[in-house]
Amino acid sequence: MTSTLTPVRSKRSALTKGQLPKYAPYAVLAAALIAGAAILALIGFNPFGWGIVSAILFAIGLVSWSAAVEGSRKAKDKLATCLVVGSFLVALLPLFSVIWTVLANGVPGLINPGFLTTSMNGVTGVYDNKAVEEGAPVLGGIYHAFLGTVQITLLATVISVPVGLLTAIYLVEYGHDGRLARAITFFVDVMTGIPSIVAGLFSAAFFFAVVGPGTKTGAVAAVALSVLMIPVVVRSSEEMLKIVPNELREAAYALGVRKWRTIIKVVIPTAISGIASGVTLAIARVIGETAPILVTAGFATSINSNVFSGWMASLPTFIYTQILNPTSPANPDPSSQRAWGAALVLIILVMVLNLGARLIARIFAPRTGR
Amino acid sequence: MSKRIDVKDLNVYYGDFLAVEDVTINIEAKSVTAFIGPSGCGKSTFLRTLNRMHEVLPGARVEGEVLLDGDNLYGPGVDPVTVRSQIGMVFQRPNPFPTMSIRDNVLAGVKLNNKKISKGEADVLVERSLKGANLWNEVKDRLDKPGSGLSGGQQQRLCIARAIAVEPQVILMDEPCSALDPISTLAIEDLINELKDQYTVVIVTHNMQQAARVSNRTAFFNIAGTGKPGKLIEIGDTHTIFSNPTQKATEDYVSGRFG
Repeated sequence: MTSTLTPVRSKRSALTKGQLPKYAPYAVLAAALIAGAAILALIGFNPFGWGIVSAILFAIGLVSWSAAVEGSRKAKDKLATCLVVGSFLVALLPLFSVIWTVLANGVPGLINPGFLTTSMNGVTGVYDNKAVEEGAPVLGGIYHAFLGTVQITLLATVISVPVGLLTAIYLVEYGHDGRLARAITFFVDVMTGIPSIVAGLFSAAFFFAVVGPGTKTGAVAAVALSVLMIPVVVRSSEEMLKIVPNELREAAYALGVRKWRTIIKVVIPTAISGIASGVTLAIARVIGETAPILVTAGFATSINSNVFSGWMASLPTFIYTQILNPTSPANPDPSSQRAWGAALVLIILVMVLNLGARLIARIFAPRTGR
Repeated sequence: MSKRIDVKDLNVYYGDFLAVEDVTINIEAKSVTAFIGPSGCGKSTFLRTLNRMHEVLPGARVEGEVLLDGDNLYGPGVDPVTVRSQIGMVFQRPNPFPTMSIRDNVLAGVKLNNKKISKGEADVLVERSLKGANLWNEVKDRLDKPGSGLSGGQQQRLCIARAIAVEPQVILMDEPCSALDPISTLAIEDLINELKDQYTVVIVTHNMQQAARVSNRTAFFNIAGTGKPGKLIEIGDTHTIFSNPTQKATEDYVSGRFG
């Protein structure tokens, strides 16, 4: 009995055109790196230029090879891929550069004993001169500034979250897109764009008028920061409340539950993960503000744990003053070491807050497990 | 534990738009009444006026009377929350509260209103409601698991359990099976048959076979054209509506010649 099957022909499928080999991108990359190094060697080598020239050569090489073998559609695809990846790398570059610089300069300050547990009280230029000239340990730390940042930000959060959340609830649940709701939305948008120094001046002027001239305390700074925080909290909470399905509200109404109870017990718990992470991101946004704190809380070198009285230090103003007015003008190195250390602490704080936001979002997220 | 509903000359509006015109209808206690009709004819809109859920939408309003055992739902000083606690509702898409466990979903009507209830009473209520919704055997071992982890049909029965846990007089169902598969649909239809022994049930459905299977009486709604208000064409015993309706439009619709 003879087989009626036709044998499978070992030729290229009629459905494909020419294809680049799998190793093509790597080969082009290697060639581009070598050619880039050669070109740069002619005009003086530097790593940054090498990267740029190699990237351009890589894109040209890969796209023209692809155009020759695979046709114009694939070549355009490769060009778009090169542009997207290239933009991504360009966007990432400053981020890594900042993190690297702060780590490299900040770690010596951070691991200095007493950096996190002492203030700058009594640390004068004399000690810094000694540290540089005689190799004595660098004294002084950021405890007072850290305490100030935490307290001022905490108070700002306590002020902003109720105001912001209640505004968002009004806009979503009661505003019905009426005239008042639209006006509030407009002014919240305007508030988002207020320069931070203006917020600081507003708060300072407000307290000067109400409490008395020259009132500079942590609470004044907290009010300034809350002016910056409130629009962010309103916006993020509003978005989160909006995506709570209307069906859940109706389900609660149909059970004979009042509107305010529905909001408190159904709508907010459903949206709480988004609201909490929005609040955390708003905190991260204001924790690094310098100008409004400088005009509202002044600056201190000693520990002040009362936000309602006396000048108060914070991490951003600490960095600012240490760089601009070093403790010892003759030997600014210890001051700059402390400033970089404080900058590193600030970045870590923001990073911890962001991680905290993700954790909060995960903990509060509605469970869907079976 | 069930009351009748009498509607007199009811007009339903969205803003200035008249959505349902001049409905007069009597809904018997302890029976199943089905609303059928083409899409957009105002069945669901009308159903939502029966427990004052219609007015939740901005601009929505109602003219006329809806009498629950003689008391007008739209009378002056009537609190819609009181109305809704007596007339429960099950929606088209199952909507259990995603933040709550199965048990808490059943107790939602009690707990969301901050009523005090002992653990023993709560256990009894949860078991009774879930048994009433034919769901007890499927979920009794996982009452603390989230309600959103159940299948669509189970979620819909959980929503029915949640509705009967507040012990209403009337249960309104807005196309409760349209998002479900045939087996879950059968489970819900069996349940509706049992519910009518205790409750007044009103169900909106697109499925005429379903109306024929579950209801005692059927009301046919129709619409003259886009932008025109929906109207009640006729209401009668389900058997009569499907075999020998008085109106030509009803006959065309139930025999499939239209819509």
